[in-house]
Amino acid sequence: MTSLPTPPPGAKKLGLVIDLDTCVGCHACATNCKEWNTSGHMAPLPDRNPYSAGQEGVWFNRVHSYEAGEGEEGRTVHFPRSCLHCETPACVTVCPTGASYKRAEDGIVLVNTDICIGCQLCAWACPYGAREFDDDAGVMKKCTLCVDRIYNEHIPEKQRVPACVSTCPANARHFGDLGDPDSAVSKLVAERGGVALMPELGYQPVNRYLPPRRAPKPDAGPPRDPGPLPSQITNPLLRWVDKVLSR
Amino acid sequence: MNPAPSIIVFTVASGAGYGLLFWMGLLRPLGLVPSSAGFGALAVGIALLLIMLGLLSSTAHLGRPERAWRALSQWRSSWLSREGVAAVATFAPAGLFFVGVIGGGGAFTTLMGLLSAIGAAATVFCTGMIYASLKPIRQWHHPLVTPGYLLFGAFSGAVLLTLFAAFWGAAAVPAAIAAVLGAAAFILKRAYWSSVDAAPPVATMESATGLGFIGKVRPLDPPHTETNYLLREMAFRIGRVHAQRLRRIASLAGFAAPAVLLALALPFGGALGGIFAFAATGLALVGLLAERWLMFAEATHTVALYYGQEPRA
Repeated sequence: MTSLPTPPPGAKKLGLVIDLDTCVGCHACATNCKEWNTSGHMAPLPDRNPYSAGQEGVWFNRVHSYEAGEGEEGRTVHFPRSCLHCETPACVTVCPTGASYKRAEDGIVLVNTDICIGCQLCAWACPYGAREFDDDAGVMKKCTLCVDRIYNEHIPEKQRVPACVSTCPANARHFGDLGDPDSAVSKLVAERGGVALMPELGYQPVNRYLPPRRAPKPDAGPPRDPGPLPSQITNPLLRWVDKVLSR
Repeated sequence: MNPAPSIIVFTVASGAGYGLLFWMGLLRPLGLVPSSAGFGALAVGIALLLIMLGLLSSTAHLGRPERAWRALSQWRSSWLSREGVAAVATFAPAGLFFVGVIGGGGAFTTLMGLLSAIGAAATVFCTGMIYASLKPIRQWHHPLVTPGYLLFGAFSGAVLLTLFAAFWGAAAVPAAIAAVLGAAAFILKRAYWSSVDAAPPVATMESATGLGFIGKVRPLDPPHTETNYLLREMAFRIGRVHAQRLRRIASLAGFAAPAVLLALALPFGGALGGIFAFAATGLALVGLLAERWLMFAEATHTVALYYGQEPRA
């Protein structure tokens, strides 16, 4: 059913919090995402011409790099982009078959590839480019928030987080319940002023991005006492010491 | 947006087919088009043929066309599903209308014709709403998009009806309707273009990345060196010069010229009127294909912002 579910009271809003301050742009999250998901819930993720020109494939996570601002204020920011598991996802409501759905219990947006007709309207409806079409299977694919890891009792509890989160070497990716104001991720968002992407479109993304911290401005403070000028030092020994130390 | 030929053929062909069906259903009971079995069979038959051709073409856009029947299930939320339901539902009265006009039928045929007209209008309305409901594409999420689909469908249907009626020497009413609708379509499309050209972008690179507080955002490194689905499907770009030329073709050849030709056909009538109607049909077809191609090619999607395409590009 592609009508949006009414979440039961206390339902989770699982999502990611991505720290743009610490992301180093290594693409490990994208690579591990591809690695896990090509044999996971929405497997396989096809690749075309993998070893020649014109290579392309389906990825659930793409890492862009941007420059923002000018001069000293300017920053290079690495920006991982994936499904934001929106609260009002039009990709779900436009689906004519019921293949695209949002889970009531945790808010994860998924595609049932067994009934998807591959009309691709959901990809048009997503402002964030979270959905990529699998030409081989003729169906749409997308981030599953690693639904096959986070509840997986066959893997150690510590690993029950999305593949992108588990692999990030800079600890720039965090996973948790953004519907619970007391969760670690919610506190992180509150503390760092986490933002939603393109809020003006009204999709109410669950994922949050933590903005890069501002570089501390060089503190001018009171003018430092420059001390006496060399010519004002009368003692020749002290004058020599001053000269050596001033080098 | 990528102008996929399957969708362009679908919307133009089925739009004209539903337009033709609409006018037949409406004008036949009023006696404003020939009521002979031959004319009915030709006009309603071509309408059904165009509709089926269009729907067949639309399945070419599907990754799994054999599952197309599933698209009828989600009419509560999806305009695409509603379009499918409306299209299938319209076939019932339209098929009976086809049989009725051949049999020279009476009240029942009239009723089926009216139901067909309602179904045709509802289906094209749903088609328009599929596009108009997509917020990330500001050129589609526009109040004139759905009226445009309805008007262009009604116009092309009236042009075809004029062409067929000309063979029976009774094209005056459809020609007058088509001429008026052509003029209206010309005005609507020009108003639409000036509106979308002046409208602000729906989002910016700054709001797409949340980095606007630092300053202007520009792309440094793309996530991949080759193309991908998103770029092919949603970052299609058309040269400004081509766009301007195609806009002229669409509005002048597609709407203005047929309107003038059909207005001229009115006083002349006869063979000359028929030739005018034939020319108007050809021009309208070319113009509508250009209009529909542009509808896609000129539409910009917010995902292109992530790849550094300026919102107005």
